[in-house]
Amino acid sequence: MSVADGTRAASFVAAADEVLVEEHVPAWRKFLDELRGSSKGLSGFVMIVLVLLVTAFSPYLMPHDPTEQIIAHRFAPPVFDGGTYEHFLGADNLGRDILSRVILGTQTSIAVGFLVVLIAVVVGSTLGAISGYFGGYVDTAIMRLADFQLSFPFILLAIIFMAIFGPGFWSLVVALAVAIWVNYARLVRGETLKLRELEFVQAAHSIGVRDATIIVRHILPNVMPSMVVMATLDIAWVIIFEAALSFLGLGIQPPTPSWGVMIADGRNYLFESHWMTLGPGLAILITSVAINLFGDFLRDTYDPKQARL
Amino acid sequence: MTAARPAAGAPLLEVRDLAMHFPVRRGLLQRTVGHVRAVDGISFALAEGETLGLVGESGCGKSTVGGLILRLLEPTAGSVLVRGRDIAHLGRGELKPFRREVQMVFQDPYASLDPRQSAGAMVAEPFAIHSLAARGEIRDQVARLFDRVGLRREHMQRYPHEFSGGQRQRLSIARALALNPRLIVADEPVSALDVSIQAQVINLMTTLQRELGLAYLFISHDIAVIGHISQRIAVMYLGKLVEIAPRATLLAGPLHPYTEMLLNAVPIPNPRLKRKHQRAVASEVPSPLNPPTGCRFHTRCPLAEARCRSAEPVLREVRPRHHVACHLR
Repeated sequence: MSVADGTRAASFVAAADEVLVEEHVPAWRKFLDELRGSSKGLSGFVMIVLVLLVTAFSPYLMPHDPTEQIIAHRFAPPVFDGGTYEHFLGADNLGRDILSRVILGTQTSIAVGFLVVLIAVVVGSTLGAISGYFGGYVDTAIMRLADFQLSFPFILLAIIFMAIFGPGFWSLVVALAVAIWVNYARLVRGETLKLRELEFVQAAHSIGVRDATIIVRHILPNVMPSMVVMATLDIAWVIIFEAALSFLGLGIQPPTPSWGVMIADGRNYLFESHWMTLGPGLAILITSVAINLFGDFLRDTYDPKQARL
Repeated sequence: MTAARPAAGAPLLEVRDLAMHFPVRRGLLQRTVGHVRAVDGISFALAEGETLGLVGESGCGKSTVGGLILRLLEPTAGSVLVRGRDIAHLGRGELKPFRREVQMVFQDPYASLDPRQSAGAMVAEPFAIHSLAARGEIRDQVARLFDRVGLRREHMQRYPHEFSGGQRQRLSIARALALNPRLIVADEPVSALDVSIQAQVINLMTTLQRELGLAYLFISHDIAVIGHISQRIAVMYLGKLVEIAPRATLLAGPLHPYTEMLLNAVPIPNPRLKRKHQRAVASEVPSPLNPPTGCRFHTRCPLAEARCRSAEPVLREVRPRHHVACHLR
């Protein structure tokens, strides 16, 4: 083999090594491509966007003042049950427009859902990362705290919280956040245990990156996909439990409209005026189905190992 | 840099009686039932601009030596001196200047790069951590490093999965070079690559050494690769150094039976050529949890005598610059 052949062979090898390289595609483009290919993801995504739009523009979308009581319209039936467009979803026992109240209730549900999950993610992932990264007594302490907390049934925990702080928006948020932070602590701890042994963490050490920076810059971004999936599905769970606690009188207090409170009010009139529960019930159903569909799609796409068969 | 002021005549790196024993814990109370003696008292020195190859079978503790030199592990005993300064007992902050002297290239080009960090950010990180360049200049510096290791500048915004194995290892080298170190510990840098790509990466490393005057501690299980790149070769067996000599001396006339065995294991690309000393590679490596008494190699050594089972041989200079730990030499 001549020298020229040698160089040609070498450049051929170099070219072969480059062929393996994929085209660079930005992350958001990949997301949109995936979303287009999934009817589940797309329908969930569209429904969520609609719910968020309703939340954002609720003052302009409400046909009535949600607290205005029109005595003459008490128990007015919805359009599809012989009513008029004046009250599309009917009116309640005090003559308040149900559609307006459902629209305003969106704010409460979305606010509680996002706030609770945000707090749980921040607290849970911080404690989980510390636990997994440093190990030892810190790990044992945090994980035993998590076990202790998990041993309480959630409703009991919520009742304890309400007894101590009194029912209201913030005690509801805290009670729900306390119920789910463990999910994130455990997830992040497990992933951290795995990641901290990998060579790129060792490489960061050898460059001189501090532990806190390693956690924030190298470990948490790698747990992010699993965390986003879990957070999305948890938002739906939180919205349902916000409604459940409000239904029991442990959550949002009237007159703030909440789907749970509305269902509780409607319960007494279930046989005569089913529409009092129908409106908020449908709202809960649609929102949680939308979030679950989208969450499932995210899990299938970004975290396939978590997908259950 | 005050912390790394060269002590007069001190070598770039010196390792003295370095040991790393990992405790083995069992049972409910996590009692320590024994120690894995991954590294059990080894000493060597490395000069500026030199390449020392560290070779041995898997599990003999060579990677642990790398980790100890970088202070990724806390040694059980012994010291690691960089230009005469012991870094084995430095605190976190005091370690930082030392980080600029010694850097590492890891084995697995897939695990050694953060999958969520772009190539550019990865190479820029050392500059930022050590405040080596102003914000505006970091990009230029990173681009220059990309040129230096043969990566395209346009690839800076790519993520690790968008690179091939060889390119990833180049990226790893660029990151190690960012701090302008004097010594690079390369832990099996090519063993995860295709043979053709191996040659490219090794050539790159040799070129960089010539241009920048780098010293390498090149760790590998492949004595052929080690023989190609090193000036001196150290052979490790079960946490101990058994032989250390200049390359030519060691390859031509190995003194330790283990070195001989390793050399014999290198395939000869000629089926008609009979090996001179065809000896079966006997049995498996004993457990470092409970290493054999006396000479650790005696269980597999074809020449073992009674004293090999009882007395542990020390590493001594039997010929100029040729050290071996064997009773029979």
